[in-house]
Amino acid sequence: MAEPMGFFTDTTVCIGCKACEVACKEWNQLPAANGGVNTLSGDSYDNTRRLDGLHWRHVKFVEQFPTDRTGGRWLLMSDVCKHCVQAGCLEVCPTGAIIRTEFDTVVIQSDVCNGCRDCIGACPFGVIDINPVSGTAQKCTLCYDRLQVGLEPACSKACPTDSINFGTITDLRKRAEARVGQLRAQGENRAHLYGADDKMLGGLNSFFLLVDRPEVYGLPPDPKMPSRNLKPSSWMTVLGGVLVGLAGLVSFRTRGSRP
Amino acid sequence: MSEIPSTLFTETPHWRWLIVFYFFLGGIAGGAYVIAALIDLFGPLRFRPLARLGYLVAFPLVVICGFLLTVDLGRPERFWHMLFASETLRPIIKWWSPMSVGAWALLVFGFFSLLSFLAVLTEDGRLRRWPALARLRPAGILGTIVVILGGLLGLFIAGYTGVLLAVTNRPIWADTHLLGLLFVISGASTAAALLMLLARRRPVVDAEGLHSLERFDSSMLVLELLALLALIISLGGMARLWLNAWGVLLFLGVVVLGIIVPLLLYRRPRAGGLATAGAAVLVLLGGFLLRVVIILSTERV
Repeated sequence: MAEPMGFFTDTTVCIGCKACEVACKEWNQLPAANGGVNTLSGDSYDNTRRLDGLHWRHVKFVEQFPTDRTGGRWLLMSDVCKHCVQAGCLEVCPTGAIIRTEFDTVVIQSDVCNGCRDCIGACPFGVIDINPVSGTAQKCTLCYDRLQVGLEPACSKACPTDSINFGTITDLRKRAEARVGQLRAQGENRAHLYGADDKMLGGLNSFFLLVDRPEVYGLPPDPKMPSRNLKPSSWMTVLGGVLVGLAGLVSFRTRGSRP
Repeated sequence: MSEIPSTLFTETPHWRWLIVFYFFLGGIAGGAYVIAALIDLFGPLRFRPLARLGYLVAFPLVVICGFLLTVDLGRPERFWHMLFASETLRPIIKWWSPMSVGAWALLVFGFFSLLSFLAVLTEDGRLRRWPALARLRPAGILGTIVVILGGLLGLFIAGYTGVLLAVTNRPIWADTHLLGLLFVISGASTAAALLMLLARRRPVVDAEGLHSLERFDSSMLVLELLALLALIISLGGMARLWLNAWGVLLFLGVVVLGIIVPLLLYRRPRAGGLATAGAAVLVLLGGFLLRVVIILSTERV
Protein backbone atom coordinates (compact mmCIF):
# COMPACT_ATOMS: atom_id res chain seq x y z
CA MET A 1 0.00 0.00 0.00
CA ALA A 2 1.13 3.47 -0.86
CA GLU A 3 1.32 6.13 1.81
CA PRO A 4 -2.01 7.77 2.76
CA MET A 5 -2.53 10.79 0.53
CA GLY A 6 -4.87 13.72 0.85
CA PHE A 7 -5.60 17.42 0.64
CA PHE A 8 -4.81 20.23 3.05
CA THR A 9 -6.97 23.20 2.09
CA ASP A 10 -5.78 26.47 3.56
CA THR A 11 -8.85 28.68 3.33
CA THR A 12 -6.93 31.85 4.24
CA VAL A 13 -5.25 32.06 0.84
CA CYS A 14 -8.22 31.03 -1.29
CA ILE A 15 -9.21 33.86 -3.65
CA GLY A 16 -12.42 32.24 -4.91
CA CYS A 17 -11.23 31.93 -8.51
CA LYS A 18 -12.86 28.51 -8.90
CA ALA A 19 -10.01 27.20 -11.02
CA CYS A 20 -10.23 24.01 -8.94
CA GLU A 21 -13.90 23.57 -9.84
CA VAL A 22 -13.14 23.99 -13.53
CA ALA A 23 -10.09 21.71 -13.48
CA CYS A 24 -12.10 19.05 -11.64
CA LYS A 25 -14.94 19.23 -14.14
CA GLU A 26 -12.57 19.09 -17.11
CA TRP A 27 -10.51 16.16 -15.88
CA ASN A 28 -13.46 14.13 -14.68
CA GLN A 29 -15.55 15.04 -17.73
CA LEU A 30 -18.42 16.30 -15.61
CA PRO A 31 -21.04 18.07 -17.73
CA ALA A 32 -22.54 21.45 -16.93
CA ALA A 33 -25.63 21.40 -14.77
CA ASN A 34 -29.00 22.50 -16.11
CA GLY A 35 -28.02 21.73 -19.71
CA GLY A 36 -25.45 24.51 -19.68
CA VAL A 37 -28.04 27.23 -19.08
CA ASN A 38 -26.64 29.67 -16.53
CA THR A 39 -28.72 30.08 -13.41
CA LEU A 40 -27.80 32.60 -10.74
CA SER A 41 -28.14 31.83 -7.05
CA GLY A 42 -29.44 35.35 -6.52
CA ASP A 43 -28.13 35.78 -2.99
CA SER A 44 -24.41 35.26 -3.46
CA TYR A 45 -21.58 35.68 -5.92
CA ASP A 46 -21.32 31.88 -5.75
CA ASN A 47 -23.52 30.18 -8.31
CA THR A 48 -22.33 26.59 -7.81
CA ARG A 49 -24.14 26.51 -4.45
CA ARG A 50 -23.16 23.05 -3.23
CA LEU A 51 -21.31 19.82 -3.82
CA ASP A 52 -23.30 17.22 -5.74
CA GLY A 53 -22.99 14.52 -8.39
CA LEU A 54 -21.83 17.03 -11.00
CA HIS A 55 -19.72 19.25 -8.70
CA TRP A 56 -16.94 17.45 -6.85
CA ARG A 57 -15.17 20.67 -5.85
CA HIS A 58 -17.10 23.70 -4.69
CA VAL A 59 -15.62 27.02 -3.65
CA LYS A 60 -17.88 28.22 -0.87
CA PHE A 61 -18.33 31.97 -0.54
CA VAL A 62 -19.11 33.01 3.01
CA GLU A 63 -20.08 36.62 2.55
CA GLN A 64 -20.35 38.38 5.91
CA PHE A 65 -21.52 41.93 5.49
CA PRO A 66 -23.59 44.06 7.85
CA THR A 67 -26.64 45.69 6.28
CA ASP A 68 -25.07 49.15 6.35
CA ARG A 69 -22.00 47.79 4.51
CA THR A 70 -19.58 49.50 6.88
CA GLY A 71 -17.42 46.45 7.46
CA GLY A 72 -17.48 42.90 6.31
CA ARG A 73 -15.30 40.06 5.19
CA TRP A 74 -15.12 37.22 2.70
CA LEU A 75 -14.39 33.69 3.81
CA LEU A 76 -13.59 31.44 0.87
CA MET A 77 -13.23 27.71 1.11
CA SER A 78 -12.80 25.14 -1.61
CA ASP A 79 -14.94 22.29 -0.29
CA VAL A 80 -14.49 18.67 -1.29
CA CYS A 81 -15.00 15.08 -0.09
CA LYS A 82 -13.19 14.66 3.24
CA HIS A 83 -11.98 11.11 2.45
CA CYS A 84 -12.67 10.17 6.07
CA VAL A 85 -10.57 7.42 7.63
CA GLN A 86 -13.84 6.18 9.14
CA ALA A 87 -16.18 6.81 6.22
CA GLY A 88 -19.94 6.71 6.79
CA CYS A 89 -20.69 6.29 3.09
CA LEU A 90 -18.41 3.30 2.73
CA GLU A 91 -19.87 1.77 5.87
CA VAL A 92 -23.49 1.70 4.68
CA CYS A 93 -22.96 1.00 0.94
CA PRO A 94 -24.76 -2.31 0.30
CA THR A 95 -23.23 -3.04 -3.11
CA GLY A 96 -19.56 -2.68 -2.24
CA ALA A 97 -19.34 0.13 -4.79
CA ILE A 98 -17.59 2.39 -2.28
CA ILE A 99 -14.03 1.28 -1.64
CA ARG A 100 -10.93 2.43 0.19
CA THR A 101 -7.99 2.71 -2.18
CA GLU A 102 -4.31 2.00 -1.65
CA PHE A 103 -3.90 5.77 -1.11
CA ASP A 104 -6.33 5.63 1.87
CA THR A 105 -8.88 7.61 -0.15
CA VAL A 106 -12.57 6.75 -0.59
CA VAL A 107 -13.82 6.10 -4.12
CA ILE A 108 -17.27 5.22 -5.51
CA GLN A 109 -17.03 2.75 -8.39
CA SER A 110 -19.62 4.04 -10.79
CA ASP A 111 -20.00 0.71 -12.60
CA VAL A 112 -20.99 -1.03 -9.36
CA CYS A 113 -23.24 1.60 -7.72
CA ASN A 114 -26.95 1.02 -8.34
CA GLY A 115 -28.16 4.36 -7.06
CA CYS A 116 -29.81 3.30 -3.78
CA ARG A 117 -28.63 6.60 -2.26
CA ASP A 118 -28.01 5.27 1.25
CA CYS A 119 -24.54 6.88 1.16
CA ILE A 120 -26.01 10.34 0.51
CA GLY A 121 -27.83 10.40 3.84
CA ALA A 122 -24.96 8.66 5.61
CA CYS A 123 -22.27 11.21 4.70
CA PRO A 124 -21.85 13.56 7.68
CA PHE A 125 -20.84 16.40 5.36
CA GLY A 126 -23.50 16.22 2.62
CA VAL A 127 -20.82 15.65 -0.01
CA ILE A 128 -22.36 12.90 -2.15
CA ASP A 129 -25.28 13.15 -4.54
CA ILE A 130 -26.63 11.43 -7.63
CA ASN A 131 -25.07 12.28 -10.98
CA PRO A 132 -28.12 12.51 -13.25
CA VAL A 133 -26.07 11.36 -16.24
CA SER A 134 -24.92 8.05 -14.75
CA GLY A 135 -27.80 7.54 -12.31
CA THR A 136 -25.21 6.64 -9.68
CA ALA A 137 -23.90 8.37 -6.57
CA GLN A 138 -20.75 10.33 -7.26
CA LYS A 139 -18.19 12.52 -5.52
CA CYS A 140 -14.51 13.45 -5.55
CA THR A 141 -12.26 10.46 -6.21
CA LEU A 142 -9.17 12.41 -5.18
CA CYS A 143 -8.34 11.82 -8.85
CA TYR A 144 -7.70 8.14 -8.29
CA ASP A 145 -6.81 7.70 -11.97
CA ARG A 146 -4.18 10.46 -11.80
CA LEU A 147 -2.74 9.16 -8.51
CA GLN A 148 -2.27 5.73 -10.03
CA VAL A 149 0.06 7.15 -12.67
CA GLY A 150 1.92 9.47 -10.30
CA LEU A 151 0.11 12.72 -11.13
CA GLU A 152 -1.34 15.08 -8.55
CA PRO A 153 -5.12 15.73 -8.53
CA ALA A 154 -6.43 18.22 -11.08
CA CYS A 155 -7.76 20.73 -8.54
CA SER A 156 -4.57 21.13 -6.51
CA LYS A 157 -2.56 21.27 -9.71
CA ALA A 158 -4.72 24.15 -10.94
CA CYS A 159 -4.89 26.09 -7.66
CA PRO A 160 -2.94 29.34 -8.27
CA THR A 161 -2.46 30.29 -4.60
CA ASP A 162 -1.64 26.87 -3.18
CA SER A 163 -4.78 27.01 -1.06
CA ILE A 164 -5.24 23.37 -2.06
CA ASN A 165 -2.20 21.34 -1.09
CA PHE A 166 -1.78 17.73 -2.11
CA GLY A 167 0.65 15.29 -0.51
CA THR A 168 1.13 12.56 2.05
CA ILE A 169 -0.95 13.01 5.18
CA THR A 170 2.16 13.11 7.40
CA ASP A 171 3.68 15.86 5.34
CA LEU A 172 0.43 17.83 4.98
CA ARG A 173 -0.16 17.78 8.74
CA LYS A 174 3.32 19.22 9.34
CA ARG A 175 2.77 21.98 6.82
CA ALA A 176 -0.66 22.75 8.26
CA GLU A 177 0.67 23.01 11.82
CA ALA A 178 3.42 25.35 10.64
CA ARG A 179 0.89 27.52 8.82
CA VAL A 180 -1.34 27.75 11.91
CA GLY A 181 1.71 28.79 13.93
CA GLN A 182 2.59 31.42 11.36
CA LEU A 183 -0.94 32.87 11.30
CA ARG A 184 -1.13 32.95 15.10
CA ALA A 185 2.22 34.71 15.28
CA GLN A 186 0.76 37.32 12.97
CA GLY A 187 -2.19 37.80 15.31
CA GLU A 188 -4.82 35.61 13.61
CA ASN A 189 -5.63 33.70 16.78
CA ARG A 190 -8.75 32.04 15.40
CA ALA A 191 -6.72 29.95 12.96
CA HIS A 192 -7.23 26.25 13.61
CA LEU A 193 -7.30 22.95 11.75
CA TYR A 194 -10.50 21.04 11.03
CA GLY A 195 -10.12 17.27 10.81
CA ALA A 196 -6.33 17.16 10.85
CA ASP A 197 -6.04 14.80 13.82
CA ASP A 198 -7.48 11.35 14.45
CA LYS A 199 -10.27 12.63 16.69
CA MET A 200 -12.67 13.52 13.90
CA LEU A 201 -13.86 10.29 12.19
CA GLY A 202 -10.42 8.76 12.60
CA GLY A 203 -9.00 11.73 10.73
CA LEU A 204 -10.06 13.52 7.57
CA ASN A 205 -7.66 12.83 4.72
CA SER A 206 -8.90 16.08 3.30
CA PHE A 207 -8.65 18.62 6.10
CA PHE A 208 -8.94 22.38 6.36
CA LEU A 209 -7.45 25.45 7.99
CA LEU A 210 -10.28 27.71 9.19
CA VAL A 211 -10.39 31.11 10.87
CA ASP A 212 -13.89 30.82 12.31
CA ARG A 213 -16.16 28.16 13.78
CA PRO A 214 -16.79 25.21 11.41
CA GLU A 215 -20.53 26.02 11.23
CA VAL A 216 -19.70 29.36 9.61
CA TYR A 217 -18.17 27.44 6.72
CA GLY A 218 -21.09 25.01 6.58
CA LEU A 219 -19.10 22.24 8.22
CA PRO A 220 -20.65 20.10 11.01
CA PRO A 221 -19.06 20.84 14.40
CA ASP A 222 -19.26 17.20 15.48
CA PRO A 223 -19.58 14.76 12.55
CA LYS A 224 -20.33 11.17 13.54
CA MET A 225 -20.58 7.70 12.02
CA PRO A 226 -24.08 6.55 11.03
CA SER A 227 -23.47 3.20 12.73
CA ARG A 228 -23.55 4.86 16.17
CA ASN A 229 -27.33 4.37 15.98
CA LEU A 230 -27.29 0.75 14.80
CA LYS A 231 -27.27 -1.08 18.14
CA PRO A 232 -29.61 1.13 20.18
CA SER A 233 -32.09 1.37 17.29
CA SER A 234 -31.98 -2.37 16.68
CA TRP A 235 -32.60 -3.21 20.34
CA MET A 236 -35.54 -0.84 20.49
CA THR A 237 -36.93 -2.49 17.34
CA VAL A 238 -36.55 -5.91 18.95
CA LEU A 239 -38.48 -4.56 21.92
CA GLY A 240 -41.20 -3.48 19.47
CA GLY A 241 -41.28 -7.00 18.01
CA VAL A 242 -41.61 -8.53 21.48
CA LEU A 243 -44.49 -6.19 22.30
CA VAL A 244 -46.27 -7.15 19.06
CA GLY A 245 -45.76 -10.84 19.85
CA LEU A 246 -47.05 -10.50 23.41
CA ALA A 247 -50.09 -8.50 22.31
CA GLY A 248 -50.84 -11.19 19.72
CA LEU A 249 -50.51 -13.90 22.31
CA VAL A 250 -52.93 -12.16 24.66
CA SER A 251 -55.40 -11.23 21.90
CA PHE A 252 -55.57 -14.44 19.91
CA ARG A 253 -55.35 -17.04 22.66
CA THR A 254 -59.02 -16.99 23.56
CA ARG A 255 -59.16 -17.70 27.26
CA GLY A 256 -57.11 -20.86 26.98
CA SER A 257 -59.76 -22.62 24.91
CA ARG A 258 -58.20 -24.53 22.04
CA PRO A 259 -60.89 -26.68 20.51
CA MET B 1 -24.19 30.77 20.89
CA SER B 2 -25.13 27.12 21.00
CA GLU B 3 -23.70 24.62 18.56
CA ILE B 4 -25.82 23.82 15.49
CA PRO B 5 -26.69 20.08 15.43
CA SER B 6 -24.37 18.23 13.07
CA THR B 7 -27.21 16.35 11.35
CA LEU B 8 -28.30 19.64 9.78
CA PHE B 9 -25.20 19.75 7.57
CA THR B 10 -26.12 16.68 5.53
CA GLU B 11 -27.85 16.00 2.24
CA THR B 12 -31.17 14.27 1.62
CA PRO B 13 -31.01 10.86 -0.10
CA HIS B 14 -34.16 11.81 -2.06
CA TRP B 15 -36.15 8.86 -0.79
CA ARG B 16 -39.63 9.98 -1.77
CA TRP B 17 -43.05 8.54 -2.65
CA LEU B 18 -41.89 5.13 -3.87
CA ILE B 19 -40.10 4.66 -0.56
CA VAL B 20 -43.07 6.01 1.41
CA PHE B 21 -45.24 3.36 -0.26
CA TYR B 22 -42.59 0.70 0.31
CA PHE B 23 -42.39 1.50 4.03
CA PHE B 24 -46.19 1.42 4.26
CA LEU B 25 -46.78 -1.78 2.27
CA GLY B 26 -43.71 -3.50 3.70
CA GLY B 27 -45.05 -2.81 7.18
CA ILE B 28 -48.40 -4.33 6.25
CA ALA B 29 -46.81 -7.36 4.55
CA GLY B 30 -44.62 -8.11 7.56
CA GLY B 31 -47.39 -7.35 10.03
CA ALA B 32 -49.97 -9.49 8.18
CA TYR B 33 -47.63 -12.47 8.18
CA VAL B 34 -46.84 -12.01 11.87
CA ILE B 35 -50.53 -11.84 12.78
CA ALA B 36 -51.29 -14.92 10.68
CA ALA B 37 -48.42 -16.80 12.29
CA LEU B 38 -49.50 -15.77 15.81
CA ILE B 39 -53.06 -16.94 15.12
CA ASP B 40 -51.87 -20.24 13.63
CA LEU B 41 -49.52 -20.85 16.55
CA PHE B 42 -51.64 -19.72 19.49
CA GLY B 43 -55.22 -19.18 18.33
CA PRO B 44 -58.09 -21.63 18.23
CA LEU B 45 -58.81 -23.57 15.05
CA ARG B 46 -61.87 -21.51 14.22
CA PHE B 47 -59.60 -18.45 13.72
CA ARG B 48 -57.77 -20.23 10.91
CA PRO B 49 -59.66 -18.52 8.05
CA LEU B 50 -58.46 -15.21 9.51
CA ALA B 51 -54.83 -16.34 9.47
CA ARG B 52 -55.35 -17.55 5.91
CA LEU B 53 -56.11 -13.97 4.85
CA GLY B 54 -52.82 -12.81 6.38
CA TYR B 55 -50.76 -15.21 4.27
CA LEU B 56 -52.78 -14.34 1.17
CA VAL B 57 -52.01 -10.65 1.65
CA ALA B 58 -48.34 -10.91 2.64
CA PHE B 59 -46.84 -12.49 -0.47
CA PRO B 60 -48.37 -10.23 -3.16
CA LEU B 61 -47.42 -7.19 -1.07
CA VAL B 62 -43.79 -8.33 -0.80
CA VAL B 63 -43.68 -8.69 -4.57
CA ILE B 64 -44.96 -5.13 -4.94
CA CYS B 65 -42.37 -3.98 -2.40
CA GLY B 66 -39.53 -5.50 -4.38
CA PHE B 67 -40.87 -3.80 -7.48
CA LEU B 68 -41.10 -0.38 -5.76
CA LEU B 69 -37.53 -0.65 -4.44
CA THR B 70 -36.15 -1.65 -7.82
CA VAL B 71 -37.88 1.19 -9.66
CA ASP B 72 -36.60 3.65 -7.06
CA LEU B 73 -32.95 2.84 -7.80
CA GLY B 74 -30.91 5.19 -9.95
CA ARG B 75 -29.97 2.10 -11.98
CA PRO B 76 -32.84 -0.40 -11.64
CA GLU B 77 -31.14 -3.01 -13.82
CA ARG B 78 -28.44 -3.28 -11.16
CA PHE B 79 -30.86 -4.20 -8.35
CA TRP B 80 -29.01 -7.49 -7.89
CA HIS B 81 -25.84 -5.63 -6.93
CA MET B 82 -27.52 -5.39 -3.49
CA LEU B 83 -27.17 -9.14 -3.10
CA PHE B 84 -24.16 -10.20 -5.16
CA ALA B 85 -20.84 -8.50 -5.82
CA SER B 86 -21.11 -7.52 -9.46
CA GLU B 87 -17.53 -8.48 -10.29
CA THR B 88 -17.14 -11.83 -8.51
CA LEU B 89 -20.85 -12.77 -8.27
CA ARG B 90 -20.21 -13.74 -4.67
CA PRO B 91 -22.99 -12.96 -2.16
CA ILE B 92 -22.40 -9.63 -0.44
CA ILE B 93 -23.89 -8.94 2.96
CA LYS B 94 -22.83 -6.29 5.47
CA TRP B 95 -24.55 -6.99 8.77
CA TRP B 96 -23.86 -3.45 9.96
CA SER B 97 -25.66 -1.88 6.98
CA PRO B 98 -29.48 -2.04 7.30
CA MET B 99 -29.76 -1.48 3.53
CA SER B 100 -27.69 -4.59 2.86
CA VAL B 101 -29.34 -6.80 5.48
CA GLY B 102 -32.76 -5.45 4.50
CA ALA B 103 -32.30 -6.45 0.87
CA TRP B 104 -31.48 -10.00 1.91
CA ALA B 105 -34.26 -10.09 4.49
CA LEU B 106 -36.79 -9.00 1.88
CA LEU B 107 -35.65 -11.81 -0.40
CA VAL B 108 -35.82 -14.45 2.33
CA PHE B 109 -39.11 -13.12 3.71
CA GLY B 110 -40.44 -13.22 0.15
CA PHE B 111 -39.48 -16.90 0.02
CA PHE B 112 -41.21 -17.74 3.30
CA SER B 113 -44.31 -15.75 2.44
CA LEU B 114 -44.43 -17.62 -0.88
CA LEU B 115 -44.31 -20.97 0.98
CA SER B 116 -47.22 -19.93 3.20
CA PHE B 117 -49.09 -18.50 0.22
CA LEU B 118 -48.77 -21.83 -1.62
CA ALA B 119 -49.79 -23.74 1.50
CA VAL B 120 -52.99 -21.69 1.74
CA LEU B 121 -53.82 -22.16 -1.94
CA THR B 122 -53.28 -25.89 -1.58
CA GLU B 123 -55.50 -26.03 1.51
CA ASP B 124 -58.16 -24.13 -0.41
CA GLY B 125 -58.01 -26.74 -3.16
CA ARG B 126 -57.03 -24.11 -5.72
CA LEU B 127 -53.62 -25.67 -6.12
CA ARG B 128 -53.87 -29.42 -6.50
CA ARG B 129 -50.54 -30.43 -7.95
CA TRP B 130 -48.53 -30.99 -4.78
CA PRO B 131 -50.86 -31.75 -1.85
CA ALA B 132 -47.82 -31.91 0.41
CA LEU B 133 -47.54 -28.11 0.20
CA ALA B 134 -50.39 -27.87 2.70
CA ARG B 135 -47.96 -29.13 5.34
CA LEU B 136 -46.10 -25.81 5.13
CA ARG B 137 -48.73 -24.42 7.49
CA PRO B 138 -49.18 -25.48 11.15
CA ALA B 139 -50.06 -27.55 13.10
CA GLY B 140 -47.37 -29.92 11.74
CA ILE B 141 -43.70 -29.55 12.68
CA LEU B 142 -42.69 -28.31 9.22
CA GLY B 143 -45.50 -25.75 9.09
CA THR B 144 -44.68 -24.54 12.60
CA ILE B 145 -41.03 -24.00 11.67
CA VAL B 146 -42.01 -22.15 8.48
CA VAL B 147 -44.36 -19.71 10.20
CA ILE B 148 -42.00 -19.09 13.14
CA LEU B 149 -39.13 -18.19 10.80
CA GLY B 150 -41.44 -16.29 8.46
CA GLY B 151 -42.99 -14.45 11.39
CA LEU B 152 -39.61 -13.35 12.73
CA LEU B 153 -38.64 -12.16 9.25
CA GLY B 154 -41.99 -10.36 9.01
CA LEU B 155 -41.18 -8.44 12.19
CA PHE B 156 -37.79 -7.64 10.73
CA ILE B 157 -39.27 -6.31 7.48
CA ALA B 158 -41.78 -4.18 9.35
CA GLY B 159 -39.13 -2.68 11.63
CA TYR B 160 -35.75 -2.54 9.91
CA THR B 161 -36.83 0.44 7.83
CA GLY B 162 -36.76 2.54 10.99
CA VAL B 163 -33.20 1.38 11.72
CA LEU B 164 -32.29 2.13 8.09
CA LEU B 165 -33.34 5.75 8.60
CA ALA B 166 -31.50 5.91 11.94
CA VAL B 167 -28.24 4.64 10.46
CA THR B 168 -27.67 7.84 8.49
CA ASN B 169 -26.72 11.34 9.52
CA ARG B 170 -30.01 12.97 8.62
CA PRO B 171 -31.94 15.23 11.01
CA ILE B 172 -34.78 13.53 12.93
CA TRP B 173 -33.93 10.08 11.47
CA ALA B 174 -30.53 9.90 13.16
CA ASP B 175 -31.64 11.89 16.20
CA THR B 176 -33.82 9.16 17.77
CA HIS B 177 -33.57 5.42 18.39
CA LEU B 178 -37.30 4.77 18.29
CA LEU B 179 -38.23 4.76 14.59
CA GLY B 180 -37.83 0.98 14.23
CA LEU B 181 -39.95 0.35 17.31
CA LEU B 182 -42.61 2.73 16.00
CA PHE B 183 -42.64 1.11 12.56
CA VAL B 184 -42.97 -2.45 13.91
CA ILE B 185 -45.96 -1.46 15.99
CA SER B 186 -47.50 0.59 13.19
CA GLY B 187 -46.88 -2.23 10.70
CA ALA B 188 -48.73 -4.70 12.93
CA SER B 189 -51.52 -2.19 13.49
CA THR B 190 -52.05 -1.35 9.80
CA ALA B 191 -51.93 -5.06 8.93
CA ALA B 192 -54.60 -5.84 11.52
CA ALA B 193 -56.73 -3.04 10.05
CA LEU B 194 -56.39 -4.39 6.52
CA LEU B 195 -57.25 -7.92 7.68
CA MET B 196 -60.33 -6.58 9.44
CA LEU B 197 -61.50 -4.93 6.24
CA LEU B 198 -60.90 -8.11 4.25
CA ALA B 199 -62.54 -10.35 6.85
CA ARG B 200 -65.70 -8.28 7.10
CA ARG B 201 -68.68 -9.94 5.46
CA ARG B 202 -66.89 -13.26 5.13
CA PRO B 203 -69.10 -15.76 6.89
CA VAL B 204 -66.23 -18.24 7.30
CA VAL B 205 -64.45 -15.76 9.55
CA ASP B 206 -65.49 -16.22 13.13
CA ALA B 207 -67.00 -13.09 14.75
CA GLU B 208 -64.89 -13.73 17.81
CA GLY B 209 -61.82 -13.84 15.59
CA LEU B 210 -62.67 -10.43 14.24
CA HIS B 211 -63.16 -9.21 17.77
CA SER B 212 -59.75 -10.51 18.82
CA LEU B 213 -58.22 -8.66 15.86
CA GLU B 214 -59.89 -5.48 17.11
CA ARG B 215 -58.48 -6.06 20.57
CA PHE B 216 -55.06 -6.63 19.08
CA ASP B 217 -55.22 -3.45 17.02
CA SER B 218 -56.44 -1.45 20.02
CA SER B 219 -53.38 -2.49 22.00
CA MET B 220 -51.16 -1.68 19.00
CA LEU B 221 -52.68 1.80 18.72
CA VAL B 222 -52.10 2.51 22.40
CA LEU B 223 -48.50 1.35 22.06
CA GLU B 224 -48.08 3.41 18.90
CA LEU B 225 -49.29 6.52 20.68
CA LEU B 226 -46.84 5.94 23.52
CA ALA B 227 -44.00 5.21 21.08
CA LEU B 228 -44.72 8.37 19.12
CA LEU B 229 -44.76 10.42 22.32
CA ALA B 230 -41.47 8.87 23.43
CA LEU B 231 -40.00 9.52 19.98
CA ILE B 232 -40.87 13.20 20.08
CA ILE B 233 -39.38 13.49 23.58
CA SER B 234 -36.24 11.67 22.42
CA LEU B 235 -35.82 14.17 19.57
CA GLY B 236 -35.35 16.96 22.12
CA GLY B 237 -34.62 20.26 20.40
CA MET B 238 -34.75 18.65 16.96
CA ALA B 239 -38.53 18.22 17.37
CA ARG B 240 -38.65 21.91 16.44
CA LEU B 241 -38.33 20.80 12.82
CA TRP B 242 -41.95 19.64 13.10
CA LEU B 243 -43.25 23.01 14.29
CA ASN B 244 -44.84 23.59 10.89
CA ALA B 245 -47.34 21.95 8.53
CA TRP B 246 -45.64 18.58 9.05
CA GLY B 247 -46.35 18.73 12.77
CA VAL B 248 -49.98 19.57 12.06
CA LEU B 249 -50.22 16.58 9.71
CA LEU B 250 -48.57 14.38 12.32
CA PHE B 251 -50.96 15.51 15.03
CA LEU B 252 -54.22 15.64 13.08
CA GLY B 253 -53.57 12.89 10.53
CA VAL B 254 -51.60 10.36 12.52
CA VAL B 255 -52.50 10.96 16.16
CA VAL B 256 -56.12 12.15 15.99
CA LEU B 257 -57.48 10.48 12.84
CA GLY B 258 -55.14 7.49 12.78
CA ILE B 259 -54.99 6.57 16.47
CA ILE B 260 -57.47 8.33 18.77
CA VAL B 261 -60.61 8.18 16.59
CA PRO B 262 -60.10 4.46 15.72
CA LEU B 263 -59.53 3.69 19.41
CA LEU B 264 -62.87 5.30 20.23
CA LEU B 265 -64.61 3.48 17.36
CA TYR B 266 -63.19 0.12 18.51
CA ARG B 267 -64.82 0.67 21.88
CA ARG B 268 -68.26 0.36 20.32
CA PRO B 269 -69.71 -3.02 21.19
CA ARG B 270 -70.51 -4.72 17.88
CA ALA B 271 -67.47 -6.11 16.10
CA GLY B 272 -67.44 -6.14 12.31
CA GLY B 273 -69.92 -3.29 11.91
CA LEU B 274 -69.52 -0.08 10.04
CA ALA B 275 -67.64 1.47 12.97
CA THR B 276 -64.99 -1.22 12.72
CA ALA B 277 -64.61 -0.69 9.00
CA GLY B 278 -64.32 3.06 9.48
CA ALA B 279 -61.74 2.59 12.21
CA ALA B 280 -59.72 0.23 10.01
CA VAL B 281 -59.68 2.68 7.11
CA LEU B 282 -58.51 5.45 9.44
CA VAL B 283 -55.77 3.24 10.89
CA LEU B 284 -54.48 2.56 7.38
CA LEU B 285 -54.60 6.26 6.54
CA GLY B 286 -52.77 7.14 9.76
CA GLY B 287 -50.09 4.52 9.14
CA PHE B 288 -49.54 5.91 5.67
CA LEU B 289 -49.35 9.52 6.86
CA LEU B 290 -46.90 8.52 9.60
CA ARG B 291 -44.45 7.38 6.92
CA VAL B 292 -45.16 10.42 4.77
CA VAL B 293 -44.26 12.73 7.66
CA ILE B 294 -41.19 10.79 8.82
CA ILE B 295 -39.70 10.42 5.35
CA LEU B 296 -40.68 13.62 3.57
CA SER B 297 -40.47 16.15 6.40
CA THR B 298 -36.66 15.96 6.40
CA GLU B 299 -36.38 16.37 2.63
CA ARG B 300 -35.83 20.14 2.63
CA VAL B 301 -34.03 20.49 5.94
